[in-house]
Amino acid sequence: MFALIDCNNFYASCERVFDPTLEDKPVVILSNNDGCVIARSNEAKALGINMAAPAFMMKEVLEKHQVQVFSSNYALYGNMSNRVMCTLHELVPALEVYSIDEAFLDLRNMPYTDLDKLARRIRKTVRQYTGIPVCVGIAPTKTLAKLANRYVKEYTKTGVFLIDNDQVRDQALAATAAGDVWGVGRQYGKLLEEHGISSALDLARTDINWIKKHMSVVGERMVRELRGEPCYDLDEQPQPKKGIITSRSFGTPVTDYAILQEAVATFTARCAEKLRKQKSAAHLMHVFTFTNRHRPDQPQYYGSKVLHLPVATNSTMEMIEVAMRGLKLIFRKGYYYKKAGIMVSGLVPEDQVQTDLFAMNERKRELDRKALVALDKINRRMGRDTVRVALQGYNSSWHLRQERKSRCYTTRWAELLEIGANELR
Amino acid sequence: MQKTTIRLPLYVSPVQAGFPSPADDYIELDLDLNDYLIDKPHSTFCVRVKGNSMEGTLIRKDDILIVDRSKTPTNGRVIVAALNGEFTVKRLLITSAGAFLQAEHPAYDPIRIEPGMDFQIWGVVTYTIHKQ
Repeated sequence: MFALIDCNNFYASCERVFDPTLEDKPVVILSNNDGCVIARSNEAKALGINMAAPAFMMKEVLEKHQVQVFSSNYALYGNMSNRVMCTLHELVPALEVYSIDEAFLDLRNMPYTDLDKLARRIRKTVRQYTGIPVCVGIAPTKTLAKLANRYVKEYTKTGVFLIDNDQVRDQALAATAAGDVWGVGRQYGKLLEEHGISSALDLARTDINWIKKHMSVVGERMVRELRGEPCYDLDEQPQPKKGIITSRSFGTPVTDYAILQEAVATFTARCAEKLRKQKSAAHLMHVFTFTNRHRPDQPQYYGSKVLHLPVATNSTMEMIEVAMRGLKLIFRKGYYYKKAGIMVSGLVPEDQVQTDLFAMNERKRELDRKALVALDKINRRMGRDTVRVALQGYNSSWHLRQERKSRCYTTRWAELLEIGANELR
Repeated sequence: MQKTTIRLPLYVSPVQAGFPSPADDYIELDLDLNDYLIDKPHSTFCVRVKGNSMEGTLIRKDDILIVDRSKTPTNGRVIVAALNGEFTVKRLLITSAGAFLQAEHPAYDPIRIEPGMDFQIWGVVTYTIHKQ
């Protein structure tokens, strides 16, 4: 049996752990630049506040219902996610972190016979250790576990759903739309709809040869999993990412080349750090910057340039050099830039980098490598960007607008949760 | 709480010129305060005291408390609780007359925990860090 654990309204729940006045109140979290809603508590969902709704358009509703609004605090959410995953790992060692707020557990080698009891224990322990409420779906396959978890949220109040016989399975399948099955996606969803396959139960009962023909081997596995035949194991090792993107919207529009350079250099440094962390190197760098298309009164421009690196790299210095070359090519004077970023792709494992024919840069590269190991170490210990390439600069006028961010309760000494602040002295 | 190592080397023998001490072969311990203070990093939080209601137990304003949420709040333990939407640190007393939150400062009366009260135990205090 597999379990899928899903944190309930994760970002809102994280905020609640450190602020009890938020209990039972509508809570929404805004995107990086306070632009739109990216997470909601159940109370906020009930008010009809939609995901991706632009915050400025919601102002009236937010004020009328006294919705508690937060800027996203990824340092907090990341730390809390880690705590949830560690707690799950303590209970069931076979764990696959599926996203920031979801994990699969493989229960096949566990001594438990009473899975319902185990599920309730998982819920209770995660809630106690971290303060985060979770739902648990348990089923014979990962696809069914995902479906069971979905079913929990919509149809039960217990937070636990166990698919342990055919009757219960069919009941959950019948209540789920085929398009909502894990892995169906928009394209297949449309295909299924056209062929009158509307529920997950219809999909599970579709002839396997038809599925093979129209939805390839991925579809076949999906249907077998819905029927209760496990086709997927836990992916315990996360796959190296195919590409990394680091981009931000600016708090205030940027017009100045030097400030744009600083911003792009900082994104590039972050990208390089991510590459080194996952031990990859990149062949392609894509530099882009554009204006705010929601401001038709301003001149519009979209600048973008893909640069090829003959030798794949993850060196901050080398990457910034290339990014700056790219930025110089795309920068046009007289525009209000809203966003800039870097995307790297063509990733190869760091140790399989083919060096250039003449290997002229080999010595410099080796020196870079040593410096970067030291740089990562210092920045890990002293805080991000303590040591930086000069171009990254110290001007932060392009930094995010995050007016309603909660404290970094779990990652900064100066921002700890305060106890008894209103007591008499 | 991420595991970090703070290296405080423990010297077995004083530094000597010349002949190395055979005891140096046994130098292996770096004291790690995280090991000492934190049992379960994933359920442990640090919080800062801003009130004075626990001065009797030497928990004073601006001290840092180490709070382990995995510990069971039993009779007599110092706990962090959310009471009426505010965080407070108190001693938990469970008696035949009911459960109470006991301050350790004469200016505060014990608070009786009643059903229906806006009250939740947040975690159990395991250590206090006080700067001298």
